[in-house]
Amino acid sequence: MDAALVIEDLAVQLRGRGEVADILDGITLTVPRGSVTGVVGESGCGKSTLLRAILGILPGRATTPRGRILFEGRDILPARAAKPHGRIGFVPQDPYLSLNPVFRAGDQILEIMRRHAPGTRAEHRAKLVELFRAVQLPDPEAALRKYPHQFSGGQRQRLLIAAALCCDPALIVADEPTTALDVTTQREVLGLLRELVRARGLSMLFVTHDFGVLASLCDEVSVLYAGRVAESGPTRAVLDTPTHPYTRMLLACHPDRAVELLGIPGAVPPATAQPAGCRFHPRCPVAQPDCRQDVPPLLPWSGGRAVACPHAARMEAHALA
Amino acid sequence: MALYILRRIALSIPALLGLILLTFVLSRVVPGDPAATLAGDSATPAQIAQIRAQYGLDRPILEQAVIHVRQVLSGDLGNSIFSGRPVAEEIWQRLPATLELTFVALFLATLLGIGLGLVAALDHNGPLDHLVRLVSVGGLAIASFWLAIMLQLQFSMEWNLLPLRGRLDVALGQVPRLTGFMLVDTLAIGRFDLFLDALRHLALPAFTLALPGLATIARFTRSGVLEVLQKDYVLYARAAGYGRFRLAAIYVLRNAVTVTVTQVGLLFGALVSGAVAVEAVFDWPGLGTYAVQAILSADYKALLAVTLVIGVVYAVVNVAVDVAQAIIDPRVADQ
Ligand SMILES: Nc1ncnc2c1ncn2[C@@H]1O[C@H](COP(=O)(O)OP(=O)(O)O)[C@@H](O)[C@H]1O
Ligand code: SF4
Ligand SMILES: [Mg+2]
Repeated sequence: MDAALVIEDLAVQLRGRGEVADILDGITLTVPRGSVTGVVGESGCGKSTLLRAILGILPGRATTPRGRILFEGRDILPARAAKPHGRIGFVPQDPYLSLNPVFRAGDQILEIMRRHAPGTRAEHRAKLVELFRAVQLPDPEAALRKYPHQFSGGQRQRLLIAAALCCDPALIVADEPTTALDVTTQREVLGLLRELVRARGLSMLFVTHDFGVLASLCDEVSVLYAGRVAESGPTRAVLDTPTHPYTRMLLACHPDRAVELLGIPGAVPPATAQPAGCRFHPRCPVAQPDCRQDVPPLLPWSGGRAVACPHAARMEAHALA
Repeated sequence: MALYILRRIALSIPALLGLILLTFVLSRVVPGDPAATLAGDSATPAQIAQIRAQYGLDRPILEQAVIHVRQVLSGDLGNSIFSGRPVAEEIWQRLPATLELTFVALFLATLLGIGLGLVAALDHNGPLDHLVRLVSVGGLAIASFWLAIMLQLQFSMEWNLLPLRGRLDVALGQVPRLTGFMLVDTLAIGRFDLFLDALRHLALPAFTLALPGLATIARFTRSGVLEVLQKDYVLYARAAGYGRFRLAAIYVLRNAVTVTVTQVGLLFGALVSGAVAVEAVFDWPGLGTYAVQAILSADYKALLAVTLVIGVVYAVVNVAVDVAQAIIDPRVADQ
């Protein structure tokens, strides 16, 4: 398979005050070229950390004891590996906080191009105006001269999408790019992303908190729980016939399409005190004795999926109220 | 922006009028009868009454206040009780010396303070950070006059490196008064040697005066930079591949100094009052020494005029600071 990004067995730990937090443990996923892969999971499960590992901006206290991140034929995970600036576009979570308020938004994007895109400043400006038009910013020429606070939230996210595209990247990574926006604006920005993906054949890793967004945008999906992949596969298959107990419970209780376990005892365990064995076992209705000791491997499943639960079949028999 | 500047200037007018009125009130609450003071010890009651009439002191108090404001606005600050000369003229003679000293000190404090604060923040909890913290605690704790004397002992007496007092070595030549700023006037007449000499004279007093402000600015810059480094937009810029230098020195610093700049405005007041002690030690012919002289000779006219002038300068500096802040942070002017 021709992949834009391959992550193999990625582990990220945070060290501090004698504690070691296993933020990510054995993440394996692939973004096929020209398609959108979603990452879903409750807040705190490590989605942003995964993107930070890809972008090379893990916090200083983080270590990566295992894993590889293969991009354009090389491993970009090691600290000394050259980072793929310009080749990976980043759409951050919060458009209000991600632009520096004291510099013109256009200049902030032009600075990225100055460092990572070929061409002169005039060419960069012309290209940026084109991009502003593509992301449907009103009055693209004037937008170059404005400061971030002079744009609305939705417009700022459009600016950041333009910024993500400014160096013709081979991959886009987006971290819940619509959660900070109101519902109407969310829909517009999602529509724009969908259109850009189709028109430009983008490869994208898309973190989301929302099953509705997942269904409408992503070809493939990885469901994360407490820093591990619980289940992955084609979006339709995972949403229609969820297999891992966690995925099944999630989909059974999502009133507002948000990825959250409601009415189930327990919470995502703190990263410094992960239970041994399957990290979901304290909350799993079909947990077996071996679940407390053995880390369930991610095993191939029907419909091109992979599931990290040897007892998933039991879920079929279990009644979910 | 132009609108913002105009508005900011307009806003400082009531404060200045208030200041003028305040000096008027102060001049009326000084103990004793001003007319008697003016007339001298051996004056007869008739002479005192005549002076009272001459100075309008027998008119209703409100009318006197209006007259006072009008006089001040036309540049008439009265005559010195000590020398009998117009106070405005005497102050005009000495103001540039103080302004030059405080501006150079402000410049030093700002430049070094921001530099040290940045270095400390980028080396958070490292050796440089500790060193800067030590300097800033010391800078705030040391009394100016003590530091001034110590510097004189070391640099002037012991090592003979820098001059002990004054603004210029008169043996080197005369400088005509163009602006009253030595650094400007020496260059204007093309005497680079005199310019350097003026700089050497400025070094010790300016450093003494700058140190507490430098310490304050370093502390504010350090905490500002540390705070900004945590911001999402810094993480975003790192992800986007900004250069390290650009990120630290431009991208982060510009945000961090928005707080620092406010401090610079407040600092100026402290600098001017600090100048009194520093000018006295270094025999600097500025407003500070003038004020000391006025206090010693109970010249309340001169003292009030000095208060007024310092107030005006303070207001001007604060307008400048607000404008600088609006330039650094475009959100300020749009509010
Ligand atoms: N800079 C950090 N310092 C300490 N803990 C962190 C930091 N970043 C993330 N974590 C922890 O790592 C875990 C995963 O966080 P994150 O990747 O932000 O999750 P998500 O994006 O899925 O909400 C959480 O338990 C969070 O508390
Ligand atoms: S059955 Fe066991 S392995 Fe499967 S999810 Fe539950 S606890 Fe984890
Ligand atoms: Mg997150």
